[in-house]
Amino acid sequence: MSANMVAVLYLISALMFIFALRGLSHPESSRLGNIFGIVGMIIAIITTLMFKSVLSYVEIGAAIIIGGAIGTFIALRIEMTALPQLVAAFHSLVGIAAVFVAAAAFYDPESFGIGKIGLIGTSSLIEMSIGTFIGAITFSGSVLAFGKLQGTVSGKPIVFKFQHTINALILVLIIALIIIFVINQSPSIFWTIVIVSILLGFLVVIPIGGADMPVVVSMLNSYSGWAACGIGFTLSNNLLIITGALVGASGAILSYIMSKGMNRSIISVVLGGFGGEQALSAAGDNSDKIVKQGNAEDAAYIMKNADSVIIVPGYGMAVAQAQHALREMGDILKKEGINVRYAIHPVAGRMPGHMNVLLAEANVPYEEVLELDEINHDFPMTEVSFVIGANDVTNPAAKTDETSPIFGMPILDVEKSQTVLFVKRSMATGYSGVDNELFYRDNTTMLFGDAKKMCEDIVKSLA
Amino acid sequence: MEAHSSEVFVIGLTVFFLACIIGYYVVWSVTPALHSPLMGVTNAISSVIIVGAILAAGPFGHDTSKIFGIIGVVLASINIFGGFIVTYRMLSMFKKKPKKDKKD
Repeated sequence: MSANMVAVLYLISALMFIFALRGLSHPESSRLGNIFGIVGMIIAIITTLMFKSVLSYVEIGAAIIIGGAIGTFIALRIEMTALPQLVAAFHSLVGIAAVFVAAAAFYDPESFGIGKIGLIGTSSLIEMSIGTFIGAITFSGSVLAFGKLQGTVSGKPIVFKFQHTINALILVLIIALIIIFVINQSPSIFWTIVIVSILLGFLVVIPIGGADMPVVVSMLNSYSGWAACGIGFTLSNNLLIITGALVGASGAILSYIMSKGMNRSIISVVLGGFGGEQALSAAGDNSDKIVKQGNAEDAAYIMKNADSVIIVPGYGMAVAQAQHALREMGDILKKEGINVRYAIHPVAGRMPGHMNVLLAEANVPYEEVLELDEINHDFPMTEVSFVIGANDVTNPAAKTDETSPIFGMPILDVEKSQTVLFVKRSMATGYSGVDNELFYRDNTTMLFGDAKKMCEDIVKSLA
Repeated sequence: MEAHSSEVFVIGLTVFFLACIIGYYVVWSVTPALHSPLMGVTNAISSVIIVGAILAAGPFGHDTSKIFGIIGVVLASINIFGGFIVTYRMLSMFKKKPKKDKKD
């Protein structure tokens, strides 16, 4: 195949990837988008297999079959509530794959047309080491994020002295190593860069708490794209550069949306430690206030007699796997002629769009699921807000209390509805460690218990 | 094939910035409800890095590089299949409001 033919096929593949993302602008077109993505990938792989230098079809075929079988198995088995950790795990694979490709290019530059061993061009070496560096950070950062999301590692932010100084020093060390690597092209320096970058990846994610995970997962998404870009520059491959840039931009935008949803700068999330000491001072002064408690029958009665109900789900719903029971409850209310809708805060859950997927899994039609700015002005006209597993995203302190760590965060104005039903396991605070004054309001009824059990009990009472 | 002149780098840089701009506009048009599938699909397509892994695994001989390449192919394949399938699963759940209330 001629070089021009290869370039054209790679271009088609890149266009397919753009269409794949474009398709996600609407649920109707999204499935077609995914098919575009698959077609683009098939074109890219077949085109590469046609290269004259590519001869080991048996080994490559076996590798694709093994990897494909593992990927298929995992993707079919995974529970939708475990999506965030799955995505984190996948990011780590992109990262480590980038490291392996960079290593392969370093050990056999001739196959990639970038020079001979020990005589690789300077720009190739720089691109290679940047790709390696980002890939290695993506790998270890994602592994740790996976551990935190899965619960194998504590989700609490781990903060220690001189954390940022140490990270900065390591970064300087990596830059120094890259310079040495470019000069002497030594394999041991290459692997030192890999190891030190892996260490940095761990240190970057360690101070970040569980609820900041949407930002971290998006950021790692972005990194995995930039890693692919770095490799694309190394190999002078436009397809890799384009795709890497698309993914990198996507992750960066998601990180921006997520941190805006918390009214925090990306930098403050990255620096981490949220929900640590400052939280203690904010909580604890509400112990004498009275909380109105209710049970499933009360909730059923209140909702049955309402005209409109807005359901506000949060991470607690995912943990309790309550989405199916919740949808059942919503269906019964709809049959009674009640207007039931769902309000999703941008940072609800552990990854962008997490709640939307869980509600979709429970067969909630997507027209009933609305974003914060689509539904927030409807709360004053709503009789019942049903908050399930969410907390901080409804806390009015974000609007009124300047001393609160969550001040300025956009919230769902559930307090403006006539009645607020709050499903919660206990009076514990949300991830920010801030007490929610909503619990003590006259129009709030607390429903203590497991979210799933509570929904099932309400369904029984409604029947 | 001495492909790595500064000219090639500048072409790469041009492509890079244009792709970033396309990515910026395309991603902002993604509906927030589909942000999870967006991560799934970007995950899958970022594994286009498999192209580099195949090139490394391709030739006969060249032992170290070839092993790295094959490992890369396995890892990227996990991601490609896993990413597209999990995205497909997510997307197939997003349904319209049924005309009639169907029971399940």
